[in-house]
Amino acid sequence: MIELEGLTKRYGETVAVDGLTFSVRPGIVTGFLGPNGSGKSTTMRMILGLDHPTAGDVRIDGRHYDRLKDPLTYIGALLDAKAVHGGRSAYNHLLCLAQSNGIPESRVAQVLQTVGLTAVARKKAKGFSLGMGQRLGIAGALLGDPRILMFDEPVNGLDPEGIHWIRTLMKSLAAQGRTVFVSSHLMSEMALTADHLVVIGQGRLLADTSMADFIRANSRSYVRIRCPQRERLLDVLHQAGITVVEAGAGVLEVEGGKAEQIGELAARYGLVLHELSPQQASLEEAFMQLTAEAVEYHAQTAPGSVPQDWGAGWKGA
Amino acid sequence: MSTHQPPMPQAPAAAPDWQAAPGGPYPGYTSPIPIVRTHLGHALASEWTKIKSVRSTMWTLGVFVVLVVGIGLLAGALVNANSDSETLSGENPLSFGFFGLLLGSICVITLGVLTTASEYGTGMIRTTMTACPSRARVLAAKSIVFFAVAFVFTLATSGFVAMVQASMLEGTGARTPTGGEWFKATVGISLYMALLGLLSLLIGSVIRHSAGAITIMIGVLLAPLVLALFMATESLNKVREWLFEYSIPNQLSVFYSNSLSESGPSGWDPLWIILGLTAAVYAGAYALLRSRDV
Repeated sequence: MIELEGLTKRYGETVAVDGLTFSVRPGIVTGFLGPNGSGKSTTMRMILGLDHPTAGDVRIDGRHYDRLKDPLTYIGALLDAKAVHGGRSAYNHLLCLAQSNGIPESRVAQVLQTVGLTAVARKKAKGFSLGMGQRLGIAGALLGDPRILMFDEPVNGLDPEGIHWIRTLMKSLAAQGRTVFVSSHLMSEMALTADHLVVIGQGRLLADTSMADFIRANSRSYVRIRCPQRERLLDVLHQAGITVVEAGAGVLEVEGGKAEQIGELAARYGLVLHELSPQQASLEEAFMQLTAEAVEYHAQTAPGSVPQDWGAGWKGA
Repeated sequence: MSTHQPPMPQAPAAAPDWQAAPGGPYPGYTSPIPIVRTHLGHALASEWTKIKSVRSTMWTLGVFVVLVVGIGLLAGALVNANSDSETLSGENPLSFGFFGLLLGSICVITLGVLTTASEYGTGMIRTTMTACPSRARVLAAKSIVFFAVAFVFTLATSGFVAMVQASMLEGTGARTPTGGEWFKATVGISLYMALLGLLSLLIGSVIRHSAGAITIMIGVLLAPLVLALFMATESLNKVREWLFEYSIPNQLSVFYSNSLSESGPSGWDPLWIILGLTAAVYAGAYALLRSRDV
């Protein structure tokens, strides 16, 4: 269990993390989402005691990180794959970590096996590809067989097979009752792994909800229609009091889940439908909707407090 | 991962009933690995693995040994070849170890800086501090391991050179060194060199940049002598003398009782000077390490 309370980090005038309060529960995968530069990594560094919070508090199972006597058996973290001395072999890198926490040396070979780096255990880390570096970082996180695991953008640089592997790994770790906290800027990735979502933007908490609730609350469901007798259909729907939006390329969209009603109306008036399909916006769209709301909200209450390019980081993602 | 596909969120079906699980207010997974309360010994073992598993250690110490032994023996051989039985009458034969150690100090400085600063360069420091959140312990472990390595290497090489030189120069009229002189030229100089390296390690921790910290330390090593050379005016005589006497090369030579000047530090003074300096910098480096973000 990781508990944050009003966690804040300022660098001079810039506020990187702004009063975050949430907790990460055991037994599930918690996704930590936000665009690049939204304060995810800073938050994770504060959880690990690397950065001092300007205000607020963060505790691991009720204790501050620097009070943990055997931190690696409590919490394993993959911060970034570059946190390795390139001149040291994978084996020695893990060995010095194991020694610092009194973890038996036999664990080193075990975790190397787990992440599939046994063959290159004696090779220097600087020759590793990005994906191998990620695997070495994950090996370091698993070394102490910890109750809590924290991964910062773990799928970065992994190939499809590696991405599948890390997904399965995170789920199985959570299923064992561990706390799994994983950051990402990719909504689609989170949809496949996370059970719970914590969303931040510009250091502020935007959502702290279960994945299912998040989609229910944020996603838009609509019916997609294609019809050769477009004008007549529009008239019919208008008479029935159904609002239609033209989505271009001959596609009409109707908000809400009224596919049956539309189908019955079309049949009654003898209209041909080429398509009648209920749709649900993707998680990616749901997120953009969330940040869009944040923009409107902040723009009304405090003009100018939110930059115009709010959420722009998502467009590139 | 098509964005058009409706997401299929997985209900947390696998979630165990963690509220009912045993283990106090913070339940969850319990590892079969025995839990150890870590102490300085664990950090020392870790730092020892680190220092011996990178090539820069082998390089700096290898060059150190080559310089100290090579130059020491060369100096001994040259003096021996160009002198008769009167040339060195009453001189201390151990003093020819000075030149090798003077150059070798650059290697010790480099290794000292790399022990801390390279972790900042590679990002390893974040891993180190995550594994050992006590910054006091990290700094202490690095300092102790480095100091021990530097001391042992300097003692072995300077001791070897001293013995060879003493026997080489027997026929040149040099006097037999006293026990005290032997002690200063081996253990004394080794303590000094290890402290100089430790000072570099601390500067590396403060500056967090290998090249920057090495440059600063080489400046500290050479600048006073170079500055003194250019202070030709009468009014600066006192400053020049002070710079000269307290420069690290001159302090090194005090261990061979052949100081470049007659006043200034003598006996064991250089050791107390660098001990005080290193202690002060240690306190400063620790205070910074504690307060700064990694």
